[in-house]
Amino acid sequence: MMDTKLNGPLPAKPSRWPFYFFLIGLFAIVLISAIYIGANPLTFIQNSDNMVDLFVRMFPPAWSYIATTTPAMLETIRMALLGTTIGMIFSIPIMFLCARNIFGLRWLVELSRIGLNILRTIPDLLLAAIFAAILGFSPLAGIVALSIFSIGIIAKLSFEAIENIDNGPLESMTAVGANKLQWIAFGVVPQILPHFVSYVLYTFEINIRAAAILGLVGAGGIGVFYDRALGFFAYDQVLALILYTLVVVIIIDLISLKIREKLL
Amino acid sequence: MIELNDVSKVYSNGVKGLDDVNLKINKGEFVSIVGLSGAGKSTLLRSINRLIDISSGDIKIDEKSITSASEKQLRLIRRDIGMIFQSFNLVKRSSVLRNVLSGRVAYNNTLRTLLNLFPQKDVDLALKALERVNILDKAYTRSSELSGGQQQRVSIARTLAQEAKIILADEPTASLDPVTTKQVMDDLKKINTEDDVTVIINLHFVDLAKEYSTRIVGLQAGKVVFDGTPEEATPEVFEEIYGRSLKEDELLGEENL
Amino acid sequence: MSQRDQLKKARARKRGKIALILIGLIAIYVWAISGIEFRGIQETAGPVTKNILKGFISPDWSYVYSPDGEDLIRGLLETLAIAIAGIFLSIILAVPVGLWAAKNLSKSFITSQSGKGVLSFFRTLPDIILALLFIKVVGPGAFAGMLALGIGAMGMLGKLYAEEVEAMDPGPVESIAAVGGNKLQQLAFGVIPQVLPGFISATLYRFEINMRSAATLGLIGAGGVGTALIFAIQGRSWDRVGIILIGIVVVVLIVDLLSSALRKKIT
Repeated sequence: MMDTKLNGPLPAKPSRWPFYFFLIGLFAIVLISAIYIGANPLTFIQNSDNMVDLFVRMFPPAWSYIATTTPAMLETIRMALLGTTIGMIFSIPIMFLCARNIFGLRWLVELSRIGLNILRTIPDLLLAAIFAAILGFSPLAGIVALSIFSIGIIAKLSFEAIENIDNGPLESMTAVGANKLQWIAFGVVPQILPHFVSYVLYTFEINIRAAAILGLVGAGGIGVFYDRALGFFAYDQVLALILYTLVVVIIIDLISLKIREKLL
Repeated sequence: MIELNDVSKVYSNGVKGLDDVNLKINKGEFVSIVGLSGAGKSTLLRSINRLIDISSGDIKIDEKSITSASEKQLRLIRRDIGMIFQSFNLVKRSSVLRNVLSGRVAYNNTLRTLLNLFPQKDVDLALKALERVNILDKAYTRSSELSGGQQQRVSIARTLAQEAKIILADEPTASLDPVTTKQVMDDLKKINTEDDVTVIINLHFVDLAKEYSTRIVGLQAGKVVFDGTPEEATPEVFEEIYGRSLKEDELLGEENL
Repeated sequence: MSQRDQLKKARARKRGKIALILIGLIAIYVWAISGIEFRGIQETAGPVTKNILKGFISPDWSYVYSPDGEDLIRGLLETLAIAIAGIFLSIILAVPVGLWAAKNLSKSFITSQSGKGVLSFFRTLPDIILALLFIKVVGPGAFAGMLALGIGAMGMLGKLYAEEVEAMDPGPVESIAAVGGNKLQQLAFGVIPQVLPGFISATLYRFEINMRSAATLGLIGAGGVGTALIFAIQGRSWDRVGIILIGIVVVVLIVDLLSSALRKKIT
């Protein structure tokens, strides 16, 4: 065993208390939150037979329900497709407005960004609930909600991509005396196009998932059937719906991923 | 004492890392292992503490076979073997002291170490180890704020705190400049002589091997092709080990030493 | 063949490819548009839109706080509480599953792959569907919402955690193994300190999403400010819809700002 007597002075040990206080504070917040919403593990345990019952009644899944709901599933895909497309079209001007390296006007850029950030705070389902109230219970409400929701994602990702582009082609466009539109068309667009298309596809993947539940607030698609099946306590139908949605989502993800891999 | 008997290692891609190696290393030796990159130096070192499982043969540390040791026995054997890596392998976000203390994990029960409740004796040992390598003042600094040479001294301190009987050093100076290289080698030599710790070290620079070691082992394609004292290791011998004359970058250069 | 002919041929091939993609796209859109059942916009759309906009301009400020019972502040606090308690539950669930799914921590490919399978299953389950199921188990309210978010976020968090672990430097873990540390000690001294900043950043990112999700849970009866919103919409009290939306935007914005500032500081 080594002699552990130190010859020199020991450096000052930093206090751990700030860190402990931080941890205690964090736990207090979580605990208060849990109490505030009445989260009681006991309730969960006491109701665990409900859970078991739910699982038991899910099996076997009602496969025949898949045929019944196929038109609604197709409607869901259509909604996602059109919502993404419309969102994509509106994103184009917005992303150029939000990028710092396109227009020199600072106030315009900042204003557009604040607008975009506000837009991004509103969840898809809330948008759908509001548009269902305006436009009536129809897929149209879902399409409009998804369009607006898509702008938030596509414009955000794209303007960040624009800000990261290589400056060289831009300078050479300026050098040959291009106007602003030509400058964008030949200097910016070729550089961001693959990213842009990739973001649109990514948004489409998100929108398929979103479109599947919009029906719960009356905005069309397969979600209507979730509501119905749960209302009738037909859990075997619910499971069939979940599996059906899962398969569709996975297939579309795979296709989209393949295309995105090819692009980048 | 470390004994390697007929040790061979074949990697899953068919590459022979070690080919029928027989070595006996006595307590207190300072053994340098030299050879081209890919000659099996790293494989040899990592076989000794079983970071790599060998394909055939047996390795004994103080009469105990590490090859056939159970998980628990293996941990106890490893506890006595310190290891120093080329890339330091410190947790950069943790403090220097915690990195040194991590050498003590196998001495304490798991729960204690997970809660960071090391006994005072261990903390004292770690601090003393830091003092011995002259970086006691950095004990509570984040390891990422240290220079390369200082980080390597932290890992030497870890082996000291570990109270290792054997130190395995895998190219410990390869990422360091000549001046810090010398400091690190001096530290290792000091531990070797003062504490009678066996040191086995992979070296890229053959003149370092000649200056510091008591014994040099030359590897070529996994085979031991030379085993002798530094005096016996003439330039001709190195030409044999390397299959060609030495290149400029395999010598640190006299003026740097 | 001359160089010119080759160029011509390459150009023709490229044009053919573009034409094919265009035809495909047109076909998809024809299918999509013709299939949407357009039942016409209800006549009240105009006036309702006007009323909603009016609600935004002159929101029902009195709803922000009322000493007794339902108000906006309590709704928003409940939403925040659901998001916080939910993220806590998902951290507890996601850390072990994330470590399980990381391929550099397990010896066999099957182990990590099965972990990844579990995670992707939970990732495709929408929070709202989970909430509907938990309502059946523990009854409607914020607790069901919290459970739904806790389970729902586990899939994404676990995946992010696993990716973080897979990207770490194996060196420090090896050095703990070399001094005789067991698996748990390797985890505590080699893995966790390395991946902690990444874990925290991923958790904060998911917390931002949780806030949005928690705001919608009330629409289907799982607690939070969404409940008040759906009642306000059904009751056509647009000035109240206006103030609730403003409240959600403000709180989510604040959480976003705090969270992204923290994330920047960590990494």
